[in-house]
Amino acid sequence: MRIMLAAALAAFVSPAAAQVLRGPGDFSGIADQTERSVALFEEMGKVLTHPRCLNCHPVNGGPTQGDDMQPHEPPVVRGVADFGAPGMNCATCHSAENVEFVGSPGSIPGHEPWALAPLSMGWVGLSLGEICAQIKDPERNGGKDLEALHEHNAEDGLVGWGWEPGEGRTPAPGSQELFGELTRAWIDTGSACPS
Amino acid sequence: MIKLGVNGKEVTLDLDPETPLLWALRDELRLTGTKFGCGVAQCGACTVMLDGMPRRSCVTPIGSIDGSEVTTIEGMEGPEIEAVQAAWAALDVPQCGWCQSGQVMSATALLQLVSNPTDEDIDNAMNGNVCRCATYVRIRQAIHDAAKTLEG
Ligand code: FES
Ligand code: FES
Repeated sequence: MRIMLAAALAAFVSPAAAQVLRGPGDFSGIADQTERSVALFEEMGKVLTHPRCLNCHPVNGGPTQGDDMQPHEPPVVRGVADFGAPGMNCATCHSAENVEFVGSPGSIPGHEPWALAPLSMGWVGLSLGEICAQIKDPERNGGKDLEALHEHNAEDGLVGWGWEPGEGRTPAPGSQELFGELTRAWIDTGSACPS
Repeated sequence: MIKLGVNGKEVTLDLDPETPLLWALRDELRLTGTKFGCGVAQCGACTVMLDGMPRRSCVTPIGSIDGSEVTTIEGMEGPEIEAVQAAWAALDVPQCGWCQSGQVMSATALLQLVSNPTDEDIDNAMNGNVCRCATYVRIRQAIHDAAKTLEG
């Protein structure tokens, strides 16, 4: 009975909640370097497939929003510059910082810059193996080599927003620092991809 | 103290920097043409121009825009707003009117950016302006009419 109850409860907990991000040290027991690299990427995947990241890495038009990844409200389009439509772009509502609503709970997210990831970096619905191949491919990742990719994951402000998303949104698991360390360890072990 | 240009005049606001621009405009500067609808960036009633681009004033803390130029519905000038006003009046677009200053601001911004917008351009730009009286069909027609006037 207790197990059933736990399973039923688990089904109601949003995937955004209660995820722990392990550090590179937690994988040192995996002797085979390629296997370790894959495991490290799978750990990074907890961040990559978190709603904070997925919402603005769609594979089609506009973004989704919230921990349950609802369509963006009001409806918005990607636009030619991944920044919305002429007359209503992202900056019509989103500014350089998260802004708490006055008189209602919650906040509107913001950061400078604030935009969708380009279509070539969309990965909603892709497997981790597919995301891994995409993220390493300079043709699709904005011309980044692995070092630039590490810098992006470890330092980029908009990536970092995922851990400071403002009231009403679950942060990505762990921290950007840990995500950067995982990326470093993944690169140092050969940046292998899950199959 | 926060300094803003509002409709061409410099104003100094001695308010909490977290105060939304909408509050400052309506309660402090008594520019009540800009409306409160939702306070959470969902309706567009509070749209103003911030440094020339449309902006929801309910989610814009004044502390974040120190030194900026704000234009409200009261201060709009130029061929686009004139064409929009004329088209709005000719078609009797408003019903209750509550959403309309926001609609006019967004429509004017669209025409400043896209001189001959398609239905799709209009929908994409106006999707964030909700009208509880559902004047959407007249809004769309009025924008097309205003675009034609501007074409000359
Ligand atoms: S009052 Fe600002 S969008 Fe509704
Ligand atoms: S005219 Fe009534 S809300 Fe738009």
